[in-house]
Amino acid sequence: MDLFNLAIKSIFVENMVLAFFLGMCSYLAVSKKVETAIGLGLAVTFVQTITVPANWVIYNKFLNPNTNIWATDAAPGPDLTFLTFICFIAVIAAMVQLVEMVIEKVSATLYAALGIFLPLIAVNCAILGGSLFMKDREYTLSESVVFGFSSGIGWLLAIVAIAAIREKIRYSHVPNGLRGLGITFLITGLMAMAFMCFSGIKL
Amino acid sequence: MKFLDDIIHNKIKPHFDKGGKLEQFYYAFEAGESFHFVTDKRTDTGAHVRDHVDLKRMMVTVILALVPCFLIGTWNVGVQQLSAAGVASPGLVESFIQGLGKVLPLMLTVYATGGTIEAIFACIRKHEINEGFLVSGFLITLVMPPTLPLWQAAMGTAFGVFIGKEVFGGTGMNILNPALTARAFCFFAFAQQMSGDKVWVAPNENLVLNGVQLGESKALLMHEAVSMATPLGNAAKTGAENLPSTMEMFLGTIPGSIGETSVLACLIGAAILIISGVGSYRTMLGTIIGGAAVTILFNVLFDKGTVEAPILGVNWIQHLFLGGFAFGLVFMCTDPVSSAATNTGKWIFGILTGILAMTIRCVNPAYPEGMMLAVLFMNVFAPLIDHYVVGASVKRRLARG
Repeated sequence: MDLFNLAIKSIFVENMVLAFFLGMCSYLAVSKKVETAIGLGLAVTFVQTITVPANWVIYNKFLNPNTNIWATDAAPGPDLTFLTFICFIAVIAAMVQLVEMVIEKVSATLYAALGIFLPLIAVNCAILGGSLFMKDREYTLSESVVFGFSSGIGWLLAIVAIAAIREKIRYSHVPNGLRGLGITFLITGLMAMAFMCFSGIKL
Repeated sequence: MKFLDDIIHNKIKPHFDKGGKLEQFYYAFEAGESFHFVTDKRTDTGAHVRDHVDLKRMMVTVILALVPCFLIGTWNVGVQQLSAAGVASPGLVESFIQGLGKVLPLMLTVYATGGTIEAIFACIRKHEINEGFLVSGFLITLVMPPTLPLWQAAMGTAFGVFIGKEVFGGTGMNILNPALTARAFCFFAFAQQMSGDKVWVAPNENLVLNGVQLGESKALLMHEAVSMATPLGNAAKTGAENLPSTMEMFLGTIPGSIGETSVLACLIGAAILIISGVGSYRTMLGTIIGGAAVTILFNVLFDKGTVEAPILGVNWIQHLFLGGFAFGLVFMCTDPVSSAATNTGKWIFGILTGILAMTIRCVNPAYPEGMMLAVLFMNVFAPLIDHYVVGASVKRRLARG
């Protein structure tokens, strides 16, 4: 039940994009079509689901002096937490390379549509943010799996919703200065306001 | 009429035509002209649709449907205020006049603010001022609590019209309902006045005492109000015990936002909308089904003792009558622009809105009312629902060959 609550919480209440505004650049850039948005959303979800637990293992088993494999009851192990960022990013970059190779092999059209933003998942702040939240909130391994997956789904939900909206307003009479990114920012703000219906739910 | 025609077309119009002094205000003039006369303009390019149910007719129908809510709501504002001031059984006319004293300034403020923004946009962007704002303005007035300070109402309206509608290109192109955007803005910006658990805030207790002492005629002048919690705010704390009777909720003699209290008025509005075909019965039914299903589920869980929050024990019929649910499902969910456009989509949209509204109301302790945010949330996802419904029917027809 706790895991289910955590999933609901990270999809709706603490949505990566609409509550923390993480992962904005690819969210804004690859949200012109629903199909492409789903592709990127799935890629992010996949990377997130793998990297958060992988980073959990690295952080808790090797970096954190209190819990790592060299720690004994008498004394903590060596403090390697200064390596946190570099380890997290190395794991993320490796995972992204893997996803990139898989997508190129499986769907050439999706690969072409995602373009530069596929390798750029590596620097997507939602991914690193997910791992850092995992560390700060001291999740257990199973929690970190659920958190990684559902925060990715939350990101997917947000980007797919905005892609559908952008398809709908394609022929709207938006003022010239706001065409493109400007109106997308405004929509994101309005979406965040709508998502506030979940803020305050205690799970 | 001849006289008016002469003045408008021969004396005033030349100033606004091309080359005239006031050329840039042509669309403000045009709004006034088309209000008085049938236009002589004809479409000369693009697709032509000849139908007497045009935008103007649709909008006027919605306004008609809103009138019962407005009348009963205004009367109720008066009733609440007078009974709070200690008048035992206020008369019908008296309460209505007292209510107007509260509702009319709010309405004028909303229309003045929104109308000005609309007119400025029309003049600069060279589009016609259309009747969309008449409806939005009416809706904004009706969803606000009567005790809201006017400057806050003006701020909310400005946000709703400007960010909610005009930046997307005006009427028919917005993604969120402008009236609800305005309300949500006020809700988050001025939570104290808007939170919905208290509608009447007492500024001065002596005034209330004076109202009693000096009799009813004095109370008529008293446009300040008294602290009183809405039934929904009560229900969140104490559950079904202190609720007004179902009849009171049906007629709408309970504290609340101006238009939302009376289920009867909302039903009349719903009938007008459905018969004229302006509002979709699919959305309305879907919302009722979704809302009822969730509350029945909560009732069952509450009876079994699985959950304890008092509001979950409120009977599901009372839930449907309470707060803004009825008003929202008749006038907000059916908004043809911001809700789903396909028939299947309307069912999905309605059911999900109902489920979400009741879930927020019962589960989220931060908000006593969930209808507004549920509709806004589903507005965000309406284009996605349509995208998949359209995609599915395309696929089905392709398969049929």
